[in-house]
Amino acid sequence: MTTRSARPEAFPVDWPKRLAWIALAVYVVYALSTLDVSLDRILRGFSQAATLFGRMFPPNVAPDKVELITTGMLESLQIAVLATFFGVLLSLPLGFAAARNLSPVWLAGAARGIIAICRSFHPVIVAILFVKAVGFGALAGILALIVATMGFVSKLFAEVVEELNAKQVEAVRATGAPFFNVLIIAVMPQVMARFVGLTVYQFDSNLRNSTMVGIVGGGGIGAPLFTAYQRFDFDVVLTILLVIIALIMMFEMVSARIRRVFQ
Amino acid sequence: MTGPAHPRIWQRFTPQERIARSILYILTIIAVVWSLRTIDIIPEFLYDAPEQTADLFKRMWPFDWAFYPKAIHAALIETFHIATLGTILAILLALPLSFMAARNFTRNPVLRWLAQFIFVSSRSVNSLIWALIFVAIFGPGALAGVMSIAVRSIGFVGKLFGEALEEAQRGPLEALTATGAPRSMILVKGYWPQVEPAFWSIALLRWDINIRESAVLGLVGAGGIGVALDAALNNLYWDQVGLILAVIFAVVIVTEIVTSFLRSRIL
Repeated sequence: MTTRSARPEAFPVDWPKRLAWIALAVYVVYALSTLDVSLDRILRGFSQAATLFGRMFPPNVAPDKVELITTGMLESLQIAVLATFFGVLLSLPLGFAAARNLSPVWLAGAARGIIAICRSFHPVIVAILFVKAVGFGALAGILALIVATMGFVSKLFAEVVEELNAKQVEAVRATGAPFFNVLIIAVMPQVMARFVGLTVYQFDSNLRNSTMVGIVGGGGIGAPLFTAYQRFDFDVVLTILLVIIALIMMFEMVSARIRRVFQ
Repeated sequence: MTGPAHPRIWQRFTPQERIARSILYILTIIAVVWSLRTIDIIPEFLYDAPEQTADLFKRMWPFDWAFYPKAIHAALIETFHIATLGTILAILLALPLSFMAARNFTRNPVLRWLAQFIFVSSRSVNSLIWALIFVAIFGPGALAGVMSIAVRSIGFVGKLFGEALEEAQRGPLEALTATGAPRSMILVKGYWPQVEPAFWSIALLRWDINIRESAVLGLVGAGGIGVALDAALNNLYWDQVGLILAVIFAVVIVTEIVTSFLRSRIL
């Protein structure tokens, strides 16, 4: 008996962890009860889904709709291109300013504050504010996505810059190079590949979001999508969704190639 | 001549690399110029932009504090529930799919391709657009919000967790197989301890994102604080809009603090 109790159990029960799982299960039951989610409603939803999909098929490819969708998609694409370009352009100085190894403490703190504000609001909320400020149209969408781009790219870019190898920076600095030459000769080659990766990722994300800012008046395919939805033209909705998915899948393949070039 | 075995001028990249890069730079410039020239911007709207912005902030302040207990608090709790339940449902749905997508677990390429296809479709459609679809199916309310958060997150969770599974070391799995452990035990005692840190960091990251996303789902009727925001916007009650934005900002900051605390405790 004594030998058996001396041997530790191979897989001991971790009670705190088990209690945490039970607490999570209790929370789920409680939250479901407050949200008015019932089996009956879900079952009714399934029959509703059948009608919805029935009305979606076949996707509507009438010439006037195709023209509407093409203009909308092109505008979404332009919004994504311009937001990424200007957003990344603005993220470069902001990222360098936020990197603690290159800039003074007060500047890094201020830059980090700006980044935190840019990151905390969803692009759609930012788009609402810009629609009020600059009116309906693509410009509001571009400005909203520039804010989102700055929040993401400059945060991660600052982290990349903080990880860079200090020896090369010192070597270039020892030759008496001024600050901008240090950036171009010693810093940029080290961070370029990661920077391109971030930019490509953000373009991908901007492309997805540019299909959405139109719902609140920010231009792009979102406006025709929302109109078709409100008119119950679900066959047009399906066409638009298929075009969006196709465009994004296509760009995922392209982005993998772009990243390989800058490896 | 023996060719450029020892060129006098050192160059970092091969000619092919330089050509590939130049092509990409040129394509970028073309894309930007094309977008700038063809995009439809109405300049008349821009003249009064500074006034409009000033007007916006003037109307927002002071906040309508009485609005918080009336409508915002309940909506905020609902937003929290939507984000959390949506994340849990997404994980439940994504786990089997990520095993299906992991190369070291599933041998059948058709199944793997199917899982990847589900992930890409889930990620391509935005959460707001998923919310439109689920509002049409389940009617306006939190259920549509939970479903759209869940479906949108499947791709993210499944892709990242599938990659974590592919990185699992074979040693412990083979050792368990050699003891005659059943397949379920290989999962629980072989895979799970190896991927547990990745699992929690993915779950926390997605929960953090979902809190932000669930705040806007109400704009299309999928429940949460967005419903209150939409009502305030449509009525042009900017003092209420300002308060809601401030509340969302506070919640996002608190969520970031909580997730980074949990991450440092669990991982």
